[in-house]
Amino acid sequence: MPPAVEFRDICKAFGPVQANSRVSFSIEKGAIHGVIGENGAGKSTLMSILYGYYHADSGQCLIDGQQRDIRSSHEAIALGIGMVHQHFMLVENFTVLDNVMLGAEGGFKLASKRAETEARLREICARYRLDVDPLAKIEDLSVGAQQRVEILKQIYRSANILILDEPTAVLTAQETASLFEILRLFKEQGKTIVLITHKLQEIMDITDQVTVMRAGKVVGAVDTAGTSKEELANMMVGRPIQGELPRAPYRPGAPVLEVTGLGLEDENKVKLLADVGFTLRAGEIVAIAGVSGNGQSELLEILSGMRLPSSGRASLLGTELPFAKRSDPDGLPALFRTLGIGHVPEDRLRDGVIKDFSVMQNTVFGYQDRVTNRWGLFDFKAIAARCAHLLKAFDVRPSNPELRIGLLSGGNQQKVVIAREVSAQPKLMLVGQPTRGVDIGTIEAIHTQLLKMRDEGVAILLVSVELEEVRALADRIIVMSGGRITGELKIEEFDTTRIGLLMGGMHKT
Amino acid sequence: MKTTELPRWATAFALPILNLLSALLVAALVIYLLGESPVESLGILVNSAVINPEGLSYTLFYASTFIFTGLSVSIAMKAGLFNIGSEGQLYIGGLGLTMAMLALDKVLPAWLLIPAAMIGSALFGALWAWLPGYLQARRGSHIVVTTIMFNFIAASLMNFVIVKYLIPEGQQNPASRVFADAGAMPRLNAWFPVLGDTPLNVSFLLAIVALVVYGVMVWRSAWGYQLRATGLNQHAAHYAGVSISRMIIVAMLISGALAGLGAVNSIMGSTHYLSLNFPAGAGFVGIAIALMGRQHPVGIFLSAVLFGALIQGGFDLSLEKPNIPQETFIFIQGLIILFCGAMENFYAPAILKLINLRKG
Repeated sequence: MPPAVEFRDICKAFGPVQANSRVSFSIEKGAIHGVIGENGAGKSTLMSILYGYYHADSGQCLIDGQQRDIRSSHEAIALGIGMVHQHFMLVENFTVLDNVMLGAEGGFKLASKRAETEARLREICARYRLDVDPLAKIEDLSVGAQQRVEILKQIYRSANILILDEPTAVLTAQETASLFEILRLFKEQGKTIVLITHKLQEIMDITDQVTVMRAGKVVGAVDTAGTSKEELANMMVGRPIQGELPRAPYRPGAPVLEVTGLGLEDENKVKLLADVGFTLRAGEIVAIAGVSGNGQSELLEILSGMRLPSSGRASLLGTELPFAKRSDPDGLPALFRTLGIGHVPEDRLRDGVIKDFSVMQNTVFGYQDRVTNRWGLFDFKAIAARCAHLLKAFDVRPSNPELRIGLLSGGNQQKVVIAREVSAQPKLMLVGQPTRGVDIGTIEAIHTQLLKMRDEGVAILLVSVELEEVRALADRIIVMSGGRITGELKIEEFDTTRIGLLMGGMHKT
Repeated sequence: MKTTELPRWATAFALPILNLLSALLVAALVIYLLGESPVESLGILVNSAVINPEGLSYTLFYASTFIFTGLSVSIAMKAGLFNIGSEGQLYIGGLGLTMAMLALDKVLPAWLLIPAAMIGSALFGALWAWLPGYLQARRGSHIVVTTIMFNFIAASLMNFVIVKYLIPEGQQNPASRVFADAGAMPRLNAWFPVLGDTPLNVSFLLAIVALVVYGVMVWRSAWGYQLRATGLNQHAAHYAGVSISRMIIVAMLISGALAGLGAVNSIMGSTHYLSLNFPAGAGFVGIAIALMGRQHPVGIFLSAVLFGALIQGGFDLSLEKPNIPQETFIFIQGLIILFCGAMENFYAPAILKLINLRKG
């Protein structure tokens, strides 16, 4: 039996970057095949070539043993290839049904087709246990459910080869588990699944074979049963990764941030935060754990001045943060910065950088008033010197200050953000998802940097949905669920089950 | 090595020039269809607008107003605001100027009167832009809609004010009285007689100064950095401590002030009185200039001169070639907006291909 997909010597370059160079491997029919690699290893490029978004500079793609020249996603769909993107391609205010039909309306009149499609969707949902209401609106669905809609769309279009690009990046642990259930069902039905990820545990949990990519090349192709996380990690990074990072003994100092009774309601009076209170001391990292969307993001937004709370107060080194005096948060982040609050935002492309600004311009983002002469004009010499220093100290690659930051990989963008915030020498550092979409090598560099700040006496509030990260960094862990703090534990008491229960809203048991 | 991004020379020069040539090509086709020779017409146009010193002087006179309206649209665009209202702001700016003149031209000497009138024009222009800016910043009313409406309101308001209050008694012509001589902007032909009897005046030099100040403010100051950040990504600008609503209002105030200052050239440099519909579309030309000049000082200057040349040359052309109506200019202006604005990156893929081909 020919393999479902075979790549032969695929090469693809973007400008000076060789995204894929002579990539060859095959994906067996009816298997779950993992493609693993750091960010920028070329996984997504390769899959985009398979899906017809990009055209390879050279090399061939074989589908079911036939050489195919896939020029568009339409052709890919016709060949039975389906792709679930990391960022969903759904119309928010359409129903599930309408989203599935979009592009497959099949005629001028919708009504008859709609009934037929709905029936088929219900049947597919039952068969694959997808648990999606075809008549629900996308905007009302959770992220996990939206992803199931994407999968549903692909099945409806009779995809036999399903590509999932970092599908668990946005999912909670439970949602991930149910996704994997669905994928297994898929496999039983003889369909082929390609799972792109950089999470080793997922590869071990669900895949049959795994291909490891590094710097655009295939560096390993193994059966999952015959390998280990450590071996994969080594192949992926090209060197053994350190386990525990060194840190000074835990000696918390004076309170830096004191939060009491913080509450937040949205326009519809829905409580996003309720009665949140905690104290953060100098020289400690407190991690807020929780499934994403349980108030952590809002908490960071409030403490960084980007949003005003509806109630409650917070003080920094004894100075009350002036929430009550404000009717809107306009310009408040600037004030908070001068008070000594650094902020690595959760969504770096939305908040943390301006994509179209150069790397150098982004190194002063938020601190633009500190690099001017007395006429308010930029001191470009000082900015350039500072930037060169930061790029070197934080190993940003490529270290070209004139490059648009949008052209850097996610990890390197994040290094610029962290370099910028660290260099402002804050008293309190707010860190949201510091390693989201960042490769393993860079994760280690970022973690090392945060621990160094902690050892130097900075108070760090970390929000992360990656428990591994929480475990690697935190001195104390606060768990949030439904906008409330449901529990707190010391790092010595780290216990996945207990944290899981607290994240699920079970109070101190 | 293949590239996916166009180099600077391509986006800054090759694309605008190609777009402009396309617009002129279509214009040439239309002139041909009107029964005239495009080559000959171009000859007349260039000769009258650039080569003849008097013509060039007129070209730069028109360009002076256009630089101000082009700057007005550009600075708003840098903040992510599409200010369609420069026309109305220019018109109302003219009212501010005139009010200062009518009140002061008999009492103040020129060196005080001219700045006072300039302040009047900038102030009124800014005021007319303030309300749309405020509505956008605080109420989310879309700036495009409000500024278009404000153009209409300005036109009606000026109609009313001029006809009801400003026409001197016993006159029919809908215009204010002529200002005292002290209110005339010094003309450049006083120093350069070769320019002939043309209205090119000190406003042109002020426009150049405005271009330089604009360039420094937008690209070299922390304020301009915040302005551009706001235009590119409001979320991130908010994160960086920019007060978004204040930035929107301030950008609109400056935009309106710049548009208002355009009246200095039109009125104090030439007619010396306020007349009905004196902007004659200069505010809308500002949109074309901002798009074509890519909001860059040099680009704005070159585009403004081009549009000045089109008006000056087009005027002479229509005199010499009765088949070509004067409205052809408006048509060419539309084409330029189409090619340089809406179809800005039309040739980008082709240039990219060419570059990659040459690199092998």
